[in-house]
Amino acid sequence: MKSRLARHGISAAMIGLTYLAAILATLPLLLILAHLIKKGAASLSLSFFTHMPGPVGEVGGGMANAIVGTLILIGIACAIGLPIGIGAGIYLSEKRSMPLAQSVRFLSDVLNGLPSIVMGIFAWTLLVRPAGHFSALAGGAALGAMMIPLVTRTTEEMLKVVPISLREAALALGYPRWRTSLSVVVRTALAGIATGALVAVARIAGETAPLLFTALGNQFWSTSLREPIAALPLQIFAYAISAYDEWHAQAWAGALVLISIVLVISLAARLVTRSKFGAPVD
Amino acid sequence: MTAVPAPAITTDRRRLHVHETAIGDRIYEIVTTACALVVPALVVAIAIAIFAGAWPAFSKLGLSIVTSSDWDVQAGKFGAAPAIFGTLVSSAVALIIATPLAIGVAIFLSEFSPRWLRQPIGFLVDLLAAVPSVVYGLWGIFVLVPLLREQVMPFLRDRLHLGATPFFSGPAYGPSMLAAGVILAIMALPYISAVSREVLMAVPRSQREAALALGATRWEMIRDAVIPYAKSGIIGGIMLGLGRALGETMAVTMVIGNRAEISASLFAPGYTMASLIANQFSEATSDLHQSALLAVGAILFVITLIVNAAARWLVWQVSRDRAV
Repeated sequence: MKSRLARHGISAAMIGLTYLAAILATLPLLLILAHLIKKGAASLSLSFFTHMPGPVGEVGGGMANAIVGTLILIGIACAIGLPIGIGAGIYLSEKRSMPLAQSVRFLSDVLNGLPSIVMGIFAWTLLVRPAGHFSALAGGAALGAMMIPLVTRTTEEMLKVVPISLREAALALGYPRWRTSLSVVVRTALAGIATGALVAVARIAGETAPLLFTALGNQFWSTSLREPIAALPLQIFAYAISAYDEWHAQAWAGALVLISIVLVISLAARLVTRSKFGAPVD
Repeated sequence: MTAVPAPAITTDRRRLHVHETAIGDRIYEIVTTACALVVPALVVAIAIAIFAGAWPAFSKLGLSIVTSSDWDVQAGKFGAAPAIFGTLVSSAVALIIATPLAIGVAIFLSEFSPRWLRQPIGFLVDLLAAVPSVVYGLWGIFVLVPLLREQVMPFLRDRLHLGATPFFSGPAYGPSMLAAGVILAIMALPYISAVSREVLMAVPRSQREAALALGATRWEMIRDAVIPYAKSGIIGGIMLGLGRALGETMAVTMVIGNRAEISASLFAPGYTMASLIANQFSEATSDLHQSALLAVGAILFVITLIVNAAARWLVWQVSRDRAV
């Protein structure tokens, strides 16, 4: 039997270690943000958003095509991912304990953990290989497929917190089930569902791996869905692994833009869910 | 204004209404069910597409694709053993670094944190999961790798004399298995800590109070009363982090050095399955090369599927117990 003092000493030491863990775990994010701001802000200017990429060795130039490309890809992904994801989320919340609901829920979680590069080669085998060329459409479809399980689960979570009494009241008033579901339950949770959609957009906006062999990237201006298209993450990747300092600077600026978008959306989502449903779901 | 007393019409209307309701409900159910069915269909479609593409390689190369370590595109030799080895080792390094930290944070947040600090720290750790992979990679190339090369690696090898072991020997290039492991640790940490925090919070208060009442110190309470209760959930969280680490592509590709060799030293460059695909897929011209890369994708798909399914099952086990 250890002495009382030793036991309390060990306890204090272990508690101290958890404090240390908390500091160490928050450190990487702060370091990354500090470096991004320090190195990215230097080469960030208005022309970054309005100009095309410059040739090697030339300071300046922008990523206008990549920013527009990313927006187009997000648009395609939303067109695929949002309706299906929200529909599936509604199904899960309406048919909570049906065997199909159970397995859909489980498979959504499993799909969420699937490596994004696997989604990339899936979209390639389905859309790029038969067509014979890379395309914005294939990239957007890969991102859209990634959105489906994300949106499904957040929609379900948001619908779950709608009180059952609301549903009962609407049904008692003679509303058909589908109108109860759409104009009472879904409408009540709409802000939450929109937040979930935003979070999903933030997740896929920064994805690179699924785009490598679908959207491919493009040094030129292109908005055609059937052509390869530039994307911010792809451009950052290409510039980061290049050998030129000017391109490295551009990569930092691009990363700063990308992470600003992602962080603003995450922060906004956090605030909306907190004000809407009391304490955030931890 | 003339009233229209028409009972026949009302009944008709009511019948119509009931009819509409039934049709509306039916359509609504079909549409939402169809949406829900997309999820399992997607899983099946991914499996079929990838295995169909991988089949030529599997049938031609057989087991040598996993056992051979000779990946030579020109010679038509595709042995993915170095990539599989690299995936497993980098993920193991990541878990060794991330697990104690993540569980430490989770314990801190669920037990010891002052109330005002709980939200901000939890949020900062969660945000780690939101940072895009390519941003981690960029930071890895220009900040982490130089730091490892100039400070950490010489320190580990020469000061701590770990160079005598095979794991920390050899020249410090920078891009290495160690760099990949550290980046993956940062990326897996939020997943492990989020799940751990959730299951720790789910441990009943009475469990803690009973331990304290028996005279346990606060640490003994956590070790003997809280952690055993949350154990399977925490393991689920670790496996979830493992799933992330196994399939992570961009950040790893940018810092691991991309060399298809098996080396015991963590200072040596390596390859992972995901980075192999990322690097070579768009340039693969021969059918066998393409198929071999798809086969690597298929192996990755199966491994992550099993790890994720097991993780979810473990976490569900815990949350179901809580609900009862």
